[in-house]
Amino acid sequence: MEKIMPKLLLLTAAVSMFTTLGIVFTLLFETFTFFSRVSIVEFLTAKEWLPWNEKSGSFGIAPLVTGTLLTTAIAMLVAIPVGLASAIYLSEYATERTRKIIKPILEVLAGIPTIVYGFFALTFVTPLLQKIIPGLEVFNALSPGLVMGIMIIPMVASLSEDAMSSVPNAIREGALGLGSTKLETAVKIVLPAAASGVIASFVLAISRAIGETMIVAVAGGSSPVLTFDVTQSIQTMTAYIVQVTTGDAGYGTTIYYSIYAVGMTLFVFTLAMNLLAQYISRRFREEY
Amino acid sequence: MKRLVDHSEVIQHMNGRLVKNNIFKLLFFFATVFGLIILVVLLYRVFTQATGWLNIDFLQNFPSRIPERAGIKAALVGSIWLMAMVAPLSLFLGVGTAIYLEEYAKKSRFTDFIQTNISNLAGVPSIVFGLLGLTVFARGMELGRSVLAAGLTMSLLVLPVIVVASQEALRAVPNQLREASYGMGATKWQTIYRVVLPAAVPGILTGSILALSRAIGETAPLIVLGIPTFIAYLPKSVFDTFTVMPMQIYNWTGRPQEEFQHVAAAGIVVLLVLLVMLNSIAIWIRNKFQKRF
Repeated sequence: MEKIMPKLLLLTAAVSMFTTLGIVFTLLFETFTFFSRVSIVEFLTAKEWLPWNEKSGSFGIAPLVTGTLLTTAIAMLVAIPVGLASAIYLSEYATERTRKIIKPILEVLAGIPTIVYGFFALTFVTPLLQKIIPGLEVFNALSPGLVMGIMIIPMVASLSEDAMSSVPNAIREGALGLGSTKLETAVKIVLPAAASGVIASFVLAISRAIGETMIVAVAGGSSPVLTFDVTQSIQTMTAYIVQVTTGDAGYGTTIYYSIYAVGMTLFVFTLAMNLLAQYISRRFREEY
Repeated sequence: MKRLVDHSEVIQHMNGRLVKNNIFKLLFFFATVFGLIILVVLLYRVFTQATGWLNIDFLQNFPSRIPERAGIKAALVGSIWLMAMVAPLSLFLGVGTAIYLEEYAKKSRFTDFIQTNISNLAGVPSIVFGLLGLTVFARGMELGRSVLAAGLTMSLLVLPVIVVASQEALRAVPNQLREASYGMGATKWQTIYRVVLPAAVPGILTGSILALSRAIGETAPLIVLGIPTFIAYLPKSVFDTFTVMPMQIYNWTGRPQEEFQHVAAAGIVVLLVLLVMLNSIAIWIRNKFQKRF
């Protein structure tokens, strides 16, 4: 036992390594196959994504990337202000009792499956928005973007609150003793001291929004167009992968391999964001 | 003599700052309850849409093209199969990894590397895990659209969450317990198996149940694996094709007939009830067994 167990446990730890290797190699190999049929220059520079057209198909990732960035930007416009404000309230204003009630509720919000949010976006938020904005299409970037933002609020709130709560009380008391109001203490003293954690939470939220699938697949539409018009139907990278894998694109076709190239792009985007978040929280951390 | 400090001006200025403080306090409070309001609206919408559609027939019927006859039986049973597959596998791998990292591994570059790898893996979008599963399990091992292929993919997806939760639980076990065990002559593995692990079980289980509820609600990787939604039989073994609730709800949501939105809402209620049950168990374990050292 004494000799075998460490080796067995090391083996289980190795599984996570093999998972990463598996993801990287799967994406690399299939993406290479894709690039043997479609030039990488076309993939990166062409402005049209028309994979379904056999003869004059075009594989320019740009529309899928703008679709993704558009919904992500809308989501961040909701999640960052609301999430940060909640974090400030929970960490600086709320009593211990209020915090104990509100935090679990926010956790419930974070635990709702994304398909439920997708359903909510399509059947409730979109019809509601159509009453306000007459030109809004059934599938659009706005509605899934907003709902995605709501989904991400708890993540921003919880991570930012953690960062703000870890600022020592002595600093707060110093500011209050000099006559600052709670607001001034929160915004001018605590927030700058917790900046690394707070900004890292924003970056992680962006990464989460980029990789989110079901909300945009259900409510965002499947028209890869290069636009920044939020009322139009768009397609994100994740929604494209869903569209292809629910359809009948045969194994070995160029479309089949294209999902790996898109997946690779998605992977690179989110990995870069995650590494950036780690860098920010490590590099700019204030030690007390 | 001119007074250096004009008292009324000070009060005016101070009042302004206090008013500003109160206004912002109110704003921050509204931001906090905003999420709560949305949650209420969402649940209210889903439940009102589901009423009249959620009945015993709905739980007992297989999917159908006729909304009135559509049921969630295949998907509900499929979700339970998936859970039964993911829970032991991901727990074994996750807790094993956590024990290795916390109890055995020396602080080295390699250990750091595994740790960083796990936190990065936690940030990989779930759909990318689907692509991994499609290539390695569904096509590579020719498991197709089986419970096994989906279970393996989902286990890898929730693995990082379980590892991190288990590590925290193990770290919370105070060193005195370990030292007392060594002092009694126990070996390292005996100490881990009989002293550290039992003390960490509540924390590990709480985290794992939450991870498991994520696996139950996840849709994207299963779509990529090609898990079908129209199945009129129940799986008999792990090699059988099956479907799960989120897939079924996704399919119903996408149908053009208005009635299917109600069917989807009914499906969502069943899914949420299952998740609430899982989470209640997690909370119960946390409250019942949580010890403070």
